[in-house]
Amino acid sequence: MALPVAFFAVFFAYPVAAIVARGLKVDGTWQLGRIWDVLVESDIRHVLWFTTWQALASTALTLLIALPGAYVFARFDFPGRHVLRAVVTVPFVLPTVVVGTAFLALVGRGGLLDDLWGVRLDTTVWAILLAHVFFNYAVVVRTVGGLWAQLDPRQEEAARMLGASRLRAWRTVTLPALGPAVAAAALMVFLFTFTSFGVVQILGGPTFSTLEVEIYRQTSEVFDLSTAAVLTIVQFVAVGAILAVHAWTVRRRESALRLVDPAVTVRRPRGAGQWTLLAGVVASIAVLLLLPLAVLVQRSLDTADFGYYRALTHDDGGTLLVPPIAAIGNSLEYAVAATAIAVVIGGLAAAALTRRDAGRLVRGFDALLMLPLGVSAVTVGFGFLIALDKPPLDLRSSWILVPLAQALVGVPFVVRTMLPVLRAVDGRLREAAAVLGASPWRVWREVDLPLVRRALLIAAGFAFAVSLGEFGATVFIARPDNPTLPVAVARLLSRPGDLNYGQAMALSTILMVVCAVALLVLERLRTDRTGEF
Amino acid sequence: MAAAVGLGLLTLSACGSSGSGSGGDSKTVTLVSHDSWAVSKSVLKDFEKQSGYTVKVLKDGDAGQAVNKAILTKDNPQGDVFFGVDNTLLSRALDNGLFQSYDAKGSALVKPEYRVDQTKHRVTPIDTGDICVNYDKAYFSKHKLTPPTSFADLVKPEYKNLLVTENAATSSPGLGFLLGSAAQYGDDGWQGYWKKLKANGVKVVDGWEQAYDQEFSGSAGGKKAGGDRPLVVSYASSPPAEVIYADPKPTTAPTGVSYGTCFRQTEYAGLLSNAKNTKGGKAFLDFLLTKEFQQDMPLNMFVYPVIQGAQVPQEFVKYGRQAPDPETMAPAKIAADRDQWVKSWTSLVLK
Repeated sequence: MALPVAFFAVFFAYPVAAIVARGLKVDGTWQLGRIWDVLVESDIRHVLWFTTWQALASTALTLLIALPGAYVFARFDFPGRHVLRAVVTVPFVLPTVVVGTAFLALVGRGGLLDDLWGVRLDTTVWAILLAHVFFNYAVVVRTVGGLWAQLDPRQEEAARMLGASRLRAWRTVTLPALGPAVAAAALMVFLFTFTSFGVVQILGGPTFSTLEVEIYRQTSEVFDLSTAAVLTIVQFVAVGAILAVHAWTVRRRESALRLVDPAVTVRRPRGAGQWTLLAGVVASIAVLLLLPLAVLVQRSLDTADFGYYRALTHDDGGTLLVPPIAAIGNSLEYAVAATAIAVVIGGLAAAALTRRDAGRLVRGFDALLMLPLGVSAVTVGFGFLIALDKPPLDLRSSWILVPLAQALVGVPFVVRTMLPVLRAVDGRLREAAAVLGASPWRVWREVDLPLVRRALLIAAGFAFAVSLGEFGATVFIARPDNPTLPVAVARLLSRPGDLNYGQAMALSTILMVVCAVALLVLERLRTDRTGEF
Repeated sequence: MAAAVGLGLLTLSACGSSGSGSGGDSKTVTLVSHDSWAVSKSVLKDFEKQSGYTVKVLKDGDAGQAVNKAILTKDNPQGDVFFGVDNTLLSRALDNGLFQSYDAKGSALVKPEYRVDQTKHRVTPIDTGDICVNYDKAYFSKHKLTPPTSFADLVKPEYKNLLVTENAATSSPGLGFLLGSAAQYGDDGWQGYWKKLKANGVKVVDGWEQAYDQEFSGSAGGKKAGGDRPLVVSYASSPPAEVIYADPKPTTAPTGVSYGTCFRQTEYAGLLSNAKNTKGGKAFLDFLLTKEFQQDMPLNMFVYPVIQGAQVPQEFVKYGRQAPDPETMAPAKIAADRDQWVKSWTSLVLK
């Protein structure tokens, strides 16, 4: 427990506090009156309102579209299932700049819809909502589907044998078991859309702005640090409140579930209804997820002889100072380091949180661990720059800064993925093992690990993926001569000219492929039931 | 286990910081700038050969971001010299103590109109350019319409729904255009002007790239993207750029400049407070005012030199010129009013 707490204190609480203090402290005195001044501004209230309702709408839309997908992936066996499962996760880990660009290429001026039917959505809120679904589909499929696959279908069957209708059996047996996972997924989607940055910035234009975008503008462009600080606090409080409520509901509903190997719960779809459902899910994935990705690939190839790809190996001397291709190596190194940090910190935190004797204080930490997801990445990035620049923690020009910031975003994923599974492990198994003479370490290895191994891998995969795609904080602390893939894409996109745009598309495509391959490998590992991974 | 991992982390970070001293050694000069910084390789090599310093460049986002980040990190700066703060943001940099004094060699050659901060010499003017409305020549000849020439023209009915500009809160040409209108119509008049401009269908997008390369029908990028606005807020040097980057090169520029809508922007460089290599930084500032660098600048960054006697390239003479009578504003005036104006502008135009 000590390590996660120390980690968050030093690399999260302290930098964020430093940047907020910088904004609210003038000549050594706190200007708390500023908070009220900012909150009563009509522009700011407008931002608050838009942030909230678009997040609610995005979450509802994502659940509506992705829950059938979660069911299909959990219960049906069909050709290409593993590949498709990996593919739907790719959007989630793509940097928001890439997603924004893909959608612009699809629904913007001169985009596919515009060419076909003269439909343009780039100035409407629909582009934002659809991009959010695109982004978060995998969150629902992975969090809900992961648990769903491990629920024993025989329990539902037993209920039906006893005379319950299909709906009633589902409602009384499956739904309560899924509840915490659905809530967790909805919460994550809400958090991501509530704090949406790149998508809103690119698709929203100057009129639509979320809190996070506004914090970025106030800090980075208007340089009104006190307004940014107030907005950071507002976002902090809002997210904290949501998390507290969530932690409470989840704890009330969590119970020991009978988890089984997902391999025994999947089967071929039967009957017209199930085939239709499968076809519907595949079709929605094709239109909403694959199409934007395909547009990216197509644009990256929109010149003779892979010209944009070949250009990536040249030192352009201008935009990036290094050949864009170097960003791939940087990104992978950072992501591996960030994943290691996130898994260790998150794993320890999750283990501590599930302990029987964990007090209220420790359980409160559960919600606290989620906060980095809800705090503006820009705030964290700037906080790092101004807080971690003096000995003994002079990390500002150290490469470790980037993995640290990325791990901060990865840890909540690890905790969230591990926690439901760890909590669902039947405590009697552990007690039985202990009674039979196993040491605590052996209990963990023989009882917990086999059951949570899958969750651990999913967690690591998520952490790796979000590290690869993390943009908001990285863009502030990545050394200009050491860009990550998303940073390189953004730099290229911000320069005029065909070649830069084409290279951005090519790099995005490479990032997409790297993510897809990583996730596919993970899928293989997941299904390999013999190895100890 | 926790202890072991903790140690591991510390070791990692220790390794990381030991490699970070590269910016501080006396043989390297580190320049912090915005994304638009560019110089010919040969010219930079000459400086390195003559001075014995190696130049390291850190580009940090667009102009505004780079300045803000430099201010936030000024106690322990990322480099020695900062280039790229313009007159619209100058006061922010000076008020926050970003720079230390240094009177660069060659400052006597700087044309008087670009000199500022003459007593303390905290910044050195390096280049200048005009933010002006550009027009798509093909559109106006096709519609037998005279292009607008002044701020007043832009609100006339014949130019309804033709202009695209940038968000003044987030884009430096956007801010320049707002300041130009404020200089023209005064503290009390500019809001009325923008009301008319809004009624006349001005479109606002977030950044220059989007305005120029997506919405503007006259640029190479805009044509490709199907842009349908023949008027855009850009630079007086944009027409030569359209020629230089075209293949094959046209004989005349496809776009023109409405010279009556210009606002003059000057960019400065300075020696960062707490710079580690002040000597090298000073040498680099001297270099920025040499004829060699000043004459190399125009084709790399599409700006004009500020020293007397520097030649501008043929393309600049042939396809464009500096605005004869641009709007200007004293940095102190900009400092006093900028934030309030941007705020009112945002409420007025964007909401």
